[in-house]
Amino acid sequence: MPEQLAFALEVTANGLMAGVLYALVALGFVLIYKASGIFNYAQGVMALFAALTLAGIMDGQVPFSHLINAIFGTDVHYFGWNVPAFLAILLTMVVMIALAYAVQRLVFRHLVGQEPIILFMATIGLAYFLEGVGDLMWGSDIKSMDVGLPQGINGWIDNTTFELFGYGFFIDNLDIVASIIAALLVIGLVIYAQYTKQGRAMRAVADDHQAALSVGVSLNFIWILVWSLAGFVALVAGIMWGTKSGVQFSLSLIALKALPVLMLGGFTSIPGAIVGGLIIGVGEKLFEFLIGAPFLGGATENWFAYMLALIFLVFRPQGLFGEKIIERV
Amino acid sequence: MLYRESGDFSSTYPQDSQTFPIKFDRYRYYFVLFIAIAVIPFIINDYWVNSLFLPFLIYAIAAIGLNILVGYCGQVSLGTGGFMAVGAYACYKLMTSFPDISMLVHVLLSGLITAAVGVLFGLPSLRIKGFYLAVATLAAQFFLVWLFNRVPWFYNYSASGQISAPERTFFGINITGANTQAWATYLFCLMFVIFSAYIARNLTRGSVGRKWMAIRDMDIAAEIIGVNPLRAKLTAFAVSSFFVGISGALFFSIYLGAVEVGEVFGIQKSFLVLFMIIIGGLGSIFGSFAGAAFLVLLPVVLKIVGVDWLGWPTDIVAHLQLVIVGGLIIVFLIAEPHGLAQLWRVAKEKLRLWPFPH
Amino acid sequence: MNMKMRLKLTTVALGVTLAAGPAMAELVFPSLSYRTGPYAANGIPFADGYADYFTLLNERDGGIGGEPIRMIECETGYNTEKGVECYESTKGEGALVYQPLSTGITYQLIPKATADGIPVHSMGYGRTSAKDGAVFKSIFNYPANYWDGASVAIKHLLDINGGSLEGKKIALVYHNSAYGKEPIRTLEELSKKHGFELSLLPIDHPGQEQKSQWLQIRREKPDNVIMYGWGVMNQVAVQEAANIRYPMDQFIGIWWSGSENDVRPAGEAANGYKALTFHNVGSDFPVFADIQKFVVDSGKAAGAGDQIGTALYNRGLYAAMLAAEAAKTAQGIHNTKALTPAQMRDGMEALEITEAKMAGLGLPNFGPEFKVSCENHGGNGLVAVSQWDAAADSWSLITDYVQSDQDVLEPLIAEDAAAFAAEAGITPGC
Repeated sequence: MPEQLAFALEVTANGLMAGVLYALVALGFVLIYKASGIFNYAQGVMALFAALTLAGIMDGQVPFSHLINAIFGTDVHYFGWNVPAFLAILLTMVVMIALAYAVQRLVFRHLVGQEPIILFMATIGLAYFLEGVGDLMWGSDIKSMDVGLPQGINGWIDNTTFELFGYGFFIDNLDIVASIIAALLVIGLVIYAQYTKQGRAMRAVADDHQAALSVGVSLNFIWILVWSLAGFVALVAGIMWGTKSGVQFSLSLIALKALPVLMLGGFTSIPGAIVGGLIIGVGEKLFEFLIGAPFLGGATENWFAYMLALIFLVFRPQGLFGEKIIERV
Repeated sequence: MLYRESGDFSSTYPQDSQTFPIKFDRYRYYFVLFIAIAVIPFIINDYWVNSLFLPFLIYAIAAIGLNILVGYCGQVSLGTGGFMAVGAYACYKLMTSFPDISMLVHVLLSGLITAAVGVLFGLPSLRIKGFYLAVATLAAQFFLVWLFNRVPWFYNYSASGQISAPERTFFGINITGANTQAWATYLFCLMFVIFSAYIARNLTRGSVGRKWMAIRDMDIAAEIIGVNPLRAKLTAFAVSSFFVGISGALFFSIYLGAVEVGEVFGIQKSFLVLFMIIIGGLGSIFGSFAGAAFLVLLPVVLKIVGVDWLGWPTDIVAHLQLVIVGGLIIVFLIAEPHGLAQLWRVAKEKLRLWPFPH
Repeated sequence: MNMKMRLKLTTVALGVTLAAGPAMAELVFPSLSYRTGPYAANGIPFADGYADYFTLLNERDGGIGGEPIRMIECETGYNTEKGVECYESTKGEGALVYQPLSTGITYQLIPKATADGIPVHSMGYGRTSAKDGAVFKSIFNYPANYWDGASVAIKHLLDINGGSLEGKKIALVYHNSAYGKEPIRTLEELSKKHGFELSLLPIDHPGQEQKSQWLQIRREKPDNVIMYGWGVMNQVAVQEAANIRYPMDQFIGIWWSGSENDVRPAGEAANGYKALTFHNVGSDFPVFADIQKFVVDSGKAAGAGDQIGTALYNRGLYAAMLAAEAAKTAQGIHNTKALTPAQMRDGMEALEITEAKMAGLGLPNFGPEFKVSCENHGGNGLVAVSQWDAAADSWSLITDYVQSDQDVLEPLIAEDAAAFAAEAGITPGC
């Protein structure tokens, strides 16, 4: 039995790590929802787009090369240079900020004051659009993402746990790095929101648009800011998942992993996204280990994440950390 | 000019409360029905039916179903794909267990079974609201797909887990399997579309529909004025799932003929149907049709224009398709945030005054 | 209203030129490709290979037997509904054979194409029991199917384990879908026969998160892992296997888990990974010189030209070659140049691929030798094992083409085909 216990501990540890990765995706949703009330369906596609752009820039790919070649009959593919990772990340960030500006300027400025479902629908359009543009720009082959993140089993943890339990735990180095980055990101975001001028303005907008407007906060600027931040989070998530599986279309599906996290943690809470991610990560992995794989034939993680969120929601309908819903007639 | 109510007098109450109070509207409606029933079956071929009409009609039923739940009752659902799968698998089990019974019965029974499953997954809606409710239905989506993939009984223990529709008839005419006539499958689906639209339209005009809308607009207020939220929400789930189940059964048996649950009824399908009703217009039967047409027909039209006319490479056309569909959604929204149905309503208002708007 | 009139109406309404029918004396080969969507990375090289080979025949030989080839490409995005649209829109143009390129579309087309009398070639995918030509008259799946793959994987393991798998543990990691579940029954039969212990590890679509399964593998330490994966699942699985330091040479993938795309993202760590294949890899064949000369240099290549020689490009090329050879056979049987789908079907049923034939095409030892007959639409089940060399960035065959365990497979195929025949009301017969 102690062996089973060690296995369970290992599964839990890995669940925590997976949860951090889910939380990273969920964070992008929360940022935008909090500041503008938009449920951004395009967040997953944004992660894909950011990762594609980063990989494309690093390889020195010519954007839209396929389209250009088809129209002009040319044969251009690569600029023939490689951009170092750090510079490429900066350039990608510039692209994501430009995207945030364009989205705000061309789409959401025209939809100020509309109902949430309509804003949601606009993000659906955006998702389609970005997916098409991403493919046209960088092609649909799988790109490997190598920004120098370590991968593989962590030897130290393996050895230490082996001495403790007689069974070495497997923890992926990438997951450790991801957890550290996610933690830094959350701390950074909280500090930014608490102690800077823009951060305060952001919170003001999140609390009450009209009141914020009346004291001179530029809504336009704040919304561009949160979309850029969401773009940044998308880029980080894209790098993490892209390192694991290569950059490809399926990256946009990671948004599905973030949905139960969001529901559980509440749409409006950054700590909620983190705690929700951890609960979902541990819950689905433990369930698969204890019940799913031995008794139900496996592959239960997808639906169990939602069932878990559902059970929590029945007891707390606004999510763990969501604002309490006060209903008045 | 033609389009106005002047001169159209109603002398009885039924006349006054009819669906299309304007004479021109009424005639237009009969005209569309006439074309759909009596003209199209004679001129369509396999291509038209299988690539355009069947998906359009079947998605329209699903969209009507979902629109009842989301548009009329205000309960966001992302479980459409899962409920369609229930309809499809129910239909498959019925078709293979009772081969001699008419397809009509099988499809209706599949709808009823789906309604029961829908009610079950609708129970959490009493406590959870808004986007949070989507999680309950997403749980249904993922769980049902997993279940149909997991339990061999549902696919009659076949080697791979695919289900294939055997040949079945309706009044002696083949409507499933390989040897079908274009007009037969078309008319069979059309029958269900007319039936669904008729029921849905009249339900939403009556007391049930008004209760749904009261719940949608403000559930606490509705409760205070005497609407039972339990009954209203659960009937919405039941009716909605009934239609969605019918569309799933038709989707499998008539349209595709062979289905693999994860691929055909996955989460993408739930999103697609939701997109249809949002684009078409929430709380509008016409909107369900318009949304289904937009998302089924537009890609095919773009493909024909891009590949067959302009001769562009297929992948560039497919990518541009995404860009254009996405762009159009945004443009429509900025022009008219309440969907295609609202555009239609505005156009009708304008037409009423035309050509003397002042 | 007759068919012609209806077609005319379609033409008018759509503005599509449907004038080109069989009458134009072209050989029409539709290509239901998927260059977009989640699996585009795999679809592009296959579609390029398929197109380039036909372009080569047109440019070099003026088509097949002097008859020009027209290839119609239609984008499915690996989506069944778009596949239906593609089938319906191309079948009117005299399509000779369909390569549906997706298990979902294949299942969907089996009854339709049979009723329309158009042959379907699902090469290394689709419904395994379609091998039984007595039941599936228009469906072909030569040269090998999923069950052959499972059987040959076990044979390879027998070989490297000195002929016995008694007491060994083998894990099957599979895509939790119809495709992934295909080998289970075969492997269960084989585990009874050879006495190994089989454990099943399903992975849900899309397969980006496989920690649980690989932790289980790490705990249970199976001697071998067989994988039936698809899309992003492959890349993640190879990466996770490398992460837990699973010995790569004990890890065997099916051919859809054996492309460059699947191993490159893992880099060095993927070295030694094995994959099954039913055709050769690399570009070290005479025909590639011709492709360079007639197709690439003249700017007629289907893709960017960077895929030539990859595993999936070669598979597309191989599929096109088999289709062209079947068309030649059909021309020989019916003594005509222009073909109908029914004649093409006869050609496919009489197809015989020999080493001499392949060498003559500039593809020596490119695929297994096999012969199709009315009873056997699936070839002889010859499959080889290839291995990835990360340093050289290439696959290479490490075994000959080995025949699958027909004693085990034949009854299984007969059983499944009989079940289909009963369900669909077909009387088997040749």
